[in-house]
This record gives sequence, structure tokens and C-alpha cells, in this order.
Amino acid sequence: METLEQIRDRLLARFPAAKVELLANPGTAAEHSLLLDPVSAPEIARFLRDDPALRLDYCSNVTGVDWPEKEITDTVKKSVPDPAGGPAKVVEEKTKRLQPGCLEAVYHLYSMALKHGPVIVRLRTGNRTDQVTLPSLTPVWRAADFQEREIFDLYGIVFSGHPDLRRILMWDEFKDHPMRKDYVSPDDFEWEPTPHGDVHERAKAHYPPADGPAAAAAQEGPKP
Amino acid sequence: MSCSDQSGLDAELSAFGRPGGPTVRPVHDQFHGDLLEVSMGPQHPSTHGVFRMVVTLDGEQIVKLKPVFGYLHRNHEKIAENTSYLGSMPYTDRLDYLCSMSTNWAYALAVEKLSGQAVPDRAQYLRIIMAELTRLVNHSCLVGFLFNDLGTSFTPLLYAFREREKILDLFESLSGSRMMCNYQRFGGCRVDPSPEWLAAAQALVDGFPRFLDEYETMLTGNEIMLARTQGVGRLDPAHAVNAGITGPVLRASGVGYDLRKVDGYGFYPRFDFRVPVGEAGDTYDRYMMRILEMRESVKILQQAFRDLPAGPVMDPKAKLRGFRPKAGEAYGRLEGPKGELGFYLISDGSPNPWRYRVRPPSLINLTLLEEMCLGHTIADAVVILGSIDIVLGEVDR
Amino acid sequence: MLGSGILKGLGVTAKNFAGSYHDPARMVTQEYPDTPVKLPEAYRNFPFLVTENATDPMGTLRCVACQICEKECPPQCIYIEKSKDKKPDATGKPQLYPAVFAIDTAVCMSCQLCVEVCPFDAIKMDQIFEVAATNRFAGLLLNREQLAKPNSYFHQLHPTDAAEVDGRLGAERKAAEEKARAAAAAKAAAPKPAAPAVTPAPKPAAGGPTP
Repeated sequence: METLEQIRDRLLARFPAAKVELLANPGTAAEHSLLLDPVSAPEIARFLRDDPALRLDYCSNVTGVDWPEKEITDTVKKSVPDPAGGPAKVVEEKTKRLQPGCLEAVYHLYSMALKHGPVIVRLRTGNRTDQVTLPSLTPVWRAADFQEREIFDLYGIVFSGHPDLRRILMWDEFKDHPMRKDYVSPDDFEWEPTPHGDVHERAKAHYPPADGPAAAAAQEGPKP
Repeated sequence: MSCSDQSGLDAELSAFGRPGGPTVRPVHDQFHGDLLEVSMGPQHPSTHGVFRMVVTLDGEQIVKLKPVFGYLHRNHEKIAENTSYLGSMPYTDRLDYLCSMSTNWAYALAVEKLSGQAVPDRAQYLRIIMAELTRLVNHSCLVGFLFNDLGTSFTPLLYAFREREKILDLFESLSGSRMMCNYQRFGGCRVDPSPEWLAAAQALVDGFPRFLDEYETMLTGNEIMLARTQGVGRLDPAHAVNAGITGPVLRASGVGYDLRKVDGYGFYPRFDFRVPVGEAGDTYDRYMMRILEMRESVKILQQAFRDLPAGPVMDPKAKLRGFRPKAGEAYGRLEGPKGELGFYLISDGSPNPWRYRVRPPSLINLTLLEEMCLGHTIADAVVILGSIDIVLGEVDR
Repeated sequence: MLGSGILKGLGVTAKNFAGSYHDPARMVTQEYPDTPVKLPEAYRNFPFLVTENATDPMGTLRCVACQICEKECPPQCIYIEKSKDKKPDATGKPQLYPAVFAIDTAVCMSCQLCVEVCPFDAIKMDQIFEVAATNRFAGLLLNREQLAKPNSYFHQLHPTDAAEVDGRLGAERKAAEEKARAAAAAKAAAPKPAAPAVTPAPKPAAGGPTP
């Protein structure tokens, strides 16, 4: 199979308007991926599936990832000349910038016909609040059907063009998206006096303790 | 249409989204006059767990089928983001609870890929032995439960379970628990089996073909079984490839894609075994896939016992506590008994993973359940579901 | 002949049915609880704390409240509070001990990670499974007294493991004793430093590190 750089070059040659970026994977596995822009992703996906050299007909895994916004501090060493005429001082200037967060969908593509792979393709949303739409690749690979529904359910990415986008693991009336990093789980579930958990502390606030001295003693925990 | 030509698929697949074609609309839609909507499950003896199928029937024939799951969703992926890598290993036992040894191996494979951890030879052979024993366990369960779904309440199931119990006893004496083995570690296996254990396992594997012969004599030629499974639930190979179906379900449709041969992970390239591939893609072929794969597993096990080298079972440089892989990501996959089981891990250098994703074969194999069941009767839907082999722990995580 | 498959199947069933009266391979039911269950040595269900002897369990716990098992436990079912004072352990060294050590067996999944990471062989896997309690919360929360079991019990459950642990700990203790003895002997043999008024250069003490 050709390398990821060659695939990227071919894609850029075939779809000049598309933005295809190669993201290097720093770890030992060296599984680099291609970052696609959402507008041209469906036609690139179709090309990847039907191209005779690649024939990536098997979409193995579709994952959602949440990248919350990060505050990054850039440190720049500047040389400030001394007004008194002495040697120049080296001053560190720290500037903070906010790297915007986004939601991401990662597709692992293999080929059953040619038995090679993987080619990893990523799609990123604009931000985590209002620009959370990505094109659905289910019309290209039916394998993405349930997995994109799961990403919609757990992360909140809206896949436009998906034939049946609704919640799959949580119940239909559920609000919020549980797998996001800033998800706060609800307090109002039946709590049990186990040793750990600030969740249980919060839940305790919802329910009065059971009656009886034995129950009150149980809540205090074992005596040393 | 051959499975390699995908371009004509788009017209067929888009019919699934358009009104008028076999639709996948939400079922709390308008109620059709003379069609009956039945909710099979989530509490149902034949649905293999808390699985629900909302079936729209015209008499006995299925017109529309919607799978509904999430009743066993336990948040495994979020828990893993707050647990160390090692701490997630016992939770992987509980994903596909029938095949804990191979799920453990899949997770260990992904983490070893992520961190570049080496595994000693003896551990690689032991992993293959455990994985193939797990395949025997899973396929025995499957053929047993398939016949349960066909209506032969319990006799074939308990015959299969009699053999399965012997393998579970082996797992118990090795790892401490029948099903929740927690046996693989990053860099090898936790426990080295004793010579007595290896002798007992060898005896079991030697006796397994006789069990399979007896089982096949009882069931494979049975006319009622043939009438109920042949031609039922046909799966077109091109659709199967496009829908990401893997495992025996895919191979029954004629696509010879087995990760043990394609990826060659572990030491599988050293073993001589064949991959059975079916023709018709119906329930009977899926059943026969499992029987033939059990025979091939026995072959692999015989070779593994013969060639098992001496040595350590854990890499000496492997760390149990304080394990922090470098930042990066990895996708490790293997051929589990149900299909391709993969773990996708993104690490940011901390002791807990940033993103931990399980690629569940049972969930993906359910994608074409509706297509396989349309036009058949409701009794066939139960049998087709049984032949796909799902475990809700994996579907819902 | 139509039906031959069914007849062959019925033959297999008949063989199993008749065989279940005399063939041990075909009668696999163990009538529990009438037949006592024989568990393999490696079987694990819920942990317990090892004490050196049965006469003074709280005084001879191997656990030093390092809280490593608490941190590694995946469902976080272990709850430890360190003591404020130190007590001498089996080698005589003063160590902390757990003032509170509770395991919530309703949460514990018997995964055995606590046993694997314990540096002191203080927590091991028990094999209890007949643990019905009358109270869902307090009855399943085992405290230190309920968890502490003597080393002899450990030998009963896991003979090979216990023998290995005893061997290793015994060797470590002997090595520590030898080192302490050597250090004490060297200190005793060192010449006493002379008073400054008598000799200009006091001889240095040749003792080893204080035990």
C-alpha cells in the first residue's frame, strides 16, 4: 500500500479544493492520520473506497474524541537592551492563548479486497458549542451507521446526511452528551453508603438517611 | 455483484434512507393500519441479553425491524478515562463476558502497540492457547444457544456446555476465575500454567474432536434444523463488507477475511490452519462456520502445545504500577470469536488514557439485522439473531 | 431416507441418556450443597488481610497502610485510614498500621489487582462465596477485624503461594537480621573515641550505619 504522504498528494491532486493535512502520531505505533475538511470529506471518502489502488471498502472503527479548549502559555525569550548601557538582559515574555476546543471523528479504514490498511481519517468540528456538524460517511460505508449514532449520542456531533440519526445507547429523552470531558453526572440516583465517592456525597444530599440506629451507624462507617 | 465491486452499492444503500424503500425511520412513527408492531425484548429468553427488537409484522412476516439497545450501557469508556491502564483490564473481562481471555489480549495488544512493549515467546504461545480455548468456549455457547432458539430446549445446549465446563474449569485453575479471567498483562501473561494444567488442557483438546463428531451426528444432518436454517437470513457479501461485518458471519457469506491471516498478530503466522469460508451466507452456513472453526482451533491448539517454549511469561521490563505510555495513539485489533475486536487508545502521557474506545464486533454485526430478517417470519428473526452471535456486554459496553 | 438425520440425533440422545446411569463422563451434575465443592488453589473471591498469627490478629497485620491497593483498585472499594502511631512489625521495625481498613464487597469485583501490587504480601485473595448478609450495606462492608485472617488460613487456601511467600519473607527477614547483627558487632568492636584532653587526634569510630 502506498504511504500516507502519497495518498495525501493524490487526494490533493484529485480534489484541489480540499484541505488534506497529514497529522503525525508521536507515539511508538506511528499510526499517522489524514485530517480532512468537512466539506470535501464525503467525496474523498467515496474516492478512497472506489480507487483501484486503495479499495478501502471496510470502515472498521469510527471514534469520537473530545478535545476541550486548552490554555497554552507561549514563552518567548527576548533580549532587552539595558538603558544604562550595560549588557542586554534576557527577559522571558509569557503570552497566554486559548486553543479552541473541538470534537473529532476518527475513521479507521481497511481494505478487505486488497487486505491492507489502516488509513486513518479524521474530521474535526468548528467548536464544541454551536458548530458541531460533520458530514456523515454512512452513505459511503454502512459500517458507520451505528457508530456515528453513538458519537451523536455520546458526544453531540450532528452528522448531516445520516439516514437515521438518533440516540442509540442513552434513552431518547436524555439531555446532554455523556462522553464529553465536561459532563457532570446527575446526583439523583439511589445512593448506597459505600466508602468512596464524592458522587455519593452529593447524592446523599438528595435523600434523607434511612431510619433506625443501625442504619445511622452504618452511614458513619466502620469504627476502628 | 462480487464483493469487490462497491460502486453499485450506493444506489442500493441509499434506498435504506429514502422513504418508500426499506426505511430505518423511528418506529414511534405513524401506526400502519393492518400491520402489527411487536416489541421483542428487552426481557426475552431468545434475545441473548437485554436486547430489544421492534418488529413490524404483516401477519407473521417481518416488514420492518429496528434493534434497540443500550440497556446494558455501563459507561465503560468513560470509566476507563478515569482509571489507569492496568485498572481497565478487569473491566475488559466484562465486555464480552463469554470470551474474557481474548478481550484481555485485544486490550493488551493495543496498549503494547501504544507503548512499544515487547512480549516474550512463551507468553505469545500462551496467549494463542487461551484465545483458541476461548474460541472453543464461545462457539460451543453459540451453537448451543442457536439450537435453544430453534426450540430444542436445552439438550444440545447442555451437551455443548458439558465441554465448555471443562474449559472453564481449566481457566479457573489457571487464572482464578471461570469467566472474568483478568489474565493478560502488558508485556505477557499474569500466571505461568503448571505442567499439570498443560497436561489437562492437552487431554481436553485431544478429546474435543470426539465431542464435535457426536454433536454433528446429532444435529448437522437433522432435517428440521436444515429446513429452518437453510436459506434463512441470507447476507449478501458486498453488503456485509460495506457494513463492516467481520468474523464468522462475514466468512459465511463468502469473504475470506480473517485477521489471524491478514494481520498475522501474535505468533499466528507460525501456525498451520485453514480459514473456513461459506457459500450461501445463510444461518446454516453461519452455524457450520462455527463448527469448522472449532475443528481448526483444535488443530492450532495441538500445534501450540507441541511447540510451547520454556521461558518467562512476563517481559522483565514491564511495569505494573506507574505505567505511563508516551503520548500518541494506537489501534490494536484481533480476530475475536465474534469478529474483529479492536481497542483504540489515545494517550496524553498520563497514567490514564485520554480516549479509550472499544470496537465491538457484536454491535457492528447488528447493522444488517434488518436486511437479513426482512421477508422472513418472526420465528426466523430469533434464529437469525442467534446466528449473528451477540453479547450485550459488548454491544452496549 | 427422509428422517435419517433425526433418527441419528435421537440415537445420540439415547446413548447419553442411558450412559448417564453408568458412565461418569455423561453424568456431570454435582449435587451441591450435598456434595462439597472442591475449589482449585488459584480460585479467588474477595480479599483478606494476612496476620502473622491468630492469637494477636490486630497486632500482627502485615499491612502497613501504604494505600497502594487503595489507589490501584479499579472500582475504588478499599478504604484505608493510617494510624497515628507506629508499632513494631514482625522484623521489629516500627511501622504504621491501618486504623481503618474496609472493603465494600458489594463493589469489589475480585479482580486481584490489590494482591498483585501489594509490596508487603499483606492482602491475599480469599475463596469465600457463601456470603449472604442480612443488610445490603453494612452487612457487605467488611472491616479490618472481619478481613484479618491468620497465615495458617492462607496456607490452607493457597499452599504453594503461601509457601513461596513465607520462603521469601523468611529470607528477607534473615538478611535484615544478619545485617543488623553485623552492624551491631562492628559498632561494638569499634574503639571508643579518646577524650580530647588526653590525646590530640581522637580515633574515628568504625561503626556501621545504626540499625
